[in-house]
Amino acid sequence: MTPDRIRSEVSAWLDANWRTDRPLIEWREILLDGGWAAPHWPEEWYGRGFTLDQTAVVAEVFREKDAVPAAQVGPRGLASETILACGSDDQKRRFLRPILTGEHTWCQLFSEPGSGSDLAGLSTRAELKDGKWIINGQKVWNTSAHHADFGLLVARTDWDVPKHQGISYFLLDMRQPGVEARPLRQMNGHQSFNEVFMTNAVVAPEDLIGGEGNGWHVAKTTLSFERRGFSRRVRGSSIDGAKQGPIYEEYEEELRIAAEPYTWYPQREGRVDLVLPRARETGAIADPATRQEIAKLLCLYTGARLASDSAEASRKAGTTEIIPAGSIGKLAASVIARQASHVHTMISGADAMLSGPDSAADGIIAEVLVSVPAISIAGGTDEIQRNIISERVLGMPKGYRADQGPFRDIKRNA
Amino acid sequence: MQTEFSKEQNLLRDIVSRALRDKSPATAVRESMETDRGYDPAVWQELCGDAGLAGVHVAEVHGGAGGGAVELGIVAEEMGRTLFCGPWFASAAMAGTALLEAANDSDREELLPGVADGSTIATLVLDDLNGPAGVGASITSAADGKLSGTAAMVLDAHVADLLLVVAGGAGGLGLHAVEGGAPGLAVEPLQVVDPTRKLSRVAFSDVPGRRVGEVTGDTLNRIWDRICSALAHEMIGGAQHLFETTVNYTKERFQFGRPIGSFQALKHRCADLLLEIEIARALTHHSARCLDAGAGEPWAASMAKAAAADACMSAARAGIQLRGGIGFTWENDTHLWFKRAKGSEVLFGTPAIHRERMMTMLEGAA
Repeated sequence: MTPDRIRSEVSAWLDANWRTDRPLIEWREILLDGGWAAPHWPEEWYGRGFTLDQTAVVAEVFREKDAVPAAQVGPRGLASETILACGSDDQKRRFLRPILTGEHTWCQLFSEPGSGSDLAGLSTRAELKDGKWIINGQKVWNTSAHHADFGLLVARTDWDVPKHQGISYFLLDMRQPGVEARPLRQMNGHQSFNEVFMTNAVVAPEDLIGGEGNGWHVAKTTLSFERRGFSRRVRGSSIDGAKQGPIYEEYEEELRIAAEPYTWYPQREGRVDLVLPRARETGAIADPATRQEIAKLLCLYTGARLASDSAEASRKAGTTEIIPAGSIGKLAASVIARQASHVHTMISGADAMLSGPDSAADGIIAEVLVSVPAISIAGGTDEIQRNIISERVLGMPKGYRADQGPFRDIKRNA
Repeated sequence: MQTEFSKEQNLLRDIVSRALRDKSPATAVRESMETDRGYDPAVWQELCGDAGLAGVHVAEVHGGAGGGAVELGIVAEEMGRTLFCGPWFASAAMAGTALLEAANDSDREELLPGVADGSTIATLVLDDLNGPAGVGASITSAADGKLSGTAAMVLDAHVADLLLVVAGGAGGLGLHAVEGGAPGLAVEPLQVVDPTRKLSRVAFSDVPGRRVGEVTGDTLNRIWDRICSALAHEMIGGAQHLFETTVNYTKERFQFGRPIGSFQALKHRCADLLLEIEIARALTHHSARCLDAGAGEPWAASMAKAAAADACMSAARAGIQLRGGIGFTWENDTHLWFKRAKGSEVLFGTPAIHRERMMTMLEGAA
């Protein structure tokens, strides 16, 4: 379908159906039935089989008409894409619709205190007892888990096979007595994540997704969507302007909750945008040593942007794989953030001891200084990115592994 | 502004790359660098006379191929990759650029075709190689056009048929054409760190010269930017060669029963180096596009020069270090690229000088 045709069809449908006086979920039921909730999905599951470019046209018309779209923000996008890709028809029937209406929120239950970079070394236990899966273990770094209805859970179901083969993937009901989410306080004072404790939590057999022992494959599917940004679709979907009407209030609340964990993310990237203004304001712009460091930062920042544009161009031409290019970009972001933090420190001098309202830019600079350490850890540490780059881009040999054979025999954290 | 190479530009790169791999293998570099002349005239004729590599940036009416900074950069990058030993940079990138930017029409018409087809070996005489601000202080032209003074270091002056001299004096800074071997001209070859790029001290005592153009501050900055962009390309080519050969070495060299490239200490250094080179390469290619567009960021060439110099030296250091002892021998080729990297790092301004130049353009002087 051509962009013009899509545009006129969506416009006509919205003109006939969009109203601001309905409750949010009721509107989205109508949206789903109209087939405009997830146009990139297949026709049998609420979609139209559109390409991402065609879907973008639909989103554009929604924005122009200030119409509220289907629920997309937060980890729920990972859930719906994973279920769509790997789930049974029964699972798609039960879970997809309430995700799109916004009725259910989701979280991801992957990392564990004992397995961070080595996700496949996880040791949360799932055992089949009396026809139910019984879950015991602990997860960590779970965004939005404290108000999630369901969790995407990976757990070990077989300890006698190599580590990747003994994992299964479950859709866990978070609203049960055996599941407890506790907010985790970070070094920058924010609480963006949770720890989740599972003590004899129960999962029905029909909520295992992708088959027993096939959890690693399903997890990789989720991670590939995470890498493409499905969990951080926060900005860009907001309604422009101060629109009046109860449906906007409900929608803004949904967006606010989803965006809340990420308020400090610009700071973790180093706030390069504040460097020159701060240098001028403090007079540090006249200091030769500071100028050198600012120049190094601007070279890194500009060069990384240009390199990423050119990688994007060759990706469009179909010549590069997504993962290594992503790893190079992620490593670049770490280098830039560290240099920015270094420069902000030089600019602030002794004032860098202060934080909050007493400090520069109402605490933003202080937040940069204590948030940047996260960027080289979250989503795969710099060290893991360097392994990926050296092995997959440069073709350097893999190191020797000490984690072959039955998982039971592998040394791991107590 | 252009953001990718055109089909023609990619073709040019292929042709240059094939010709240089054929004509300038490391064995040929070693042979040439040991001679006083410093290059092989037969190869010069093939690359410049036949293939036109000294005129890619020169207009077609002057015997060139009609390209710009991007094409000049492509050739420079491939030259750097193979460490071509000869006066191409001095003649094409430096003297050619000075003629293009500063010479009067009639002088351009007379002098450029020889430079473009390689039949004239030219060089650009600058009495300060650190930055444009100091140029023209040590060489002056008298009212009769005769030049006096000294340039401490001039590239390939020992083989130059034509010296283009930026000199001060009556009428302000100007570009002066001096014939090689002119009376009063003393060219004294210097001992250099990089044997693949010859330097001489050039003294002028009442040397007859012809003023071929005015050199304003703007003109000098434009010449400087174009030369720095070309040099950045040369360094990126060198960095890429050092990087590729070093990564390959780590896959082949066994210690402790395994290829040393399987150790994370080496893998991580290589990954960091890849990132540094990619960033510098992007800035370098961008600098040439800005120059050709005549718009965009005036500081792009300084960014490129600073980043490429640092990246090339990082690659050179890693090239020696990751090879271990063998990398420190004369027999191994790595030191040749290391020495070129060191020379290029400081030629036309150290990275620190270029970072300050860039900041001055962005924010004014400190």
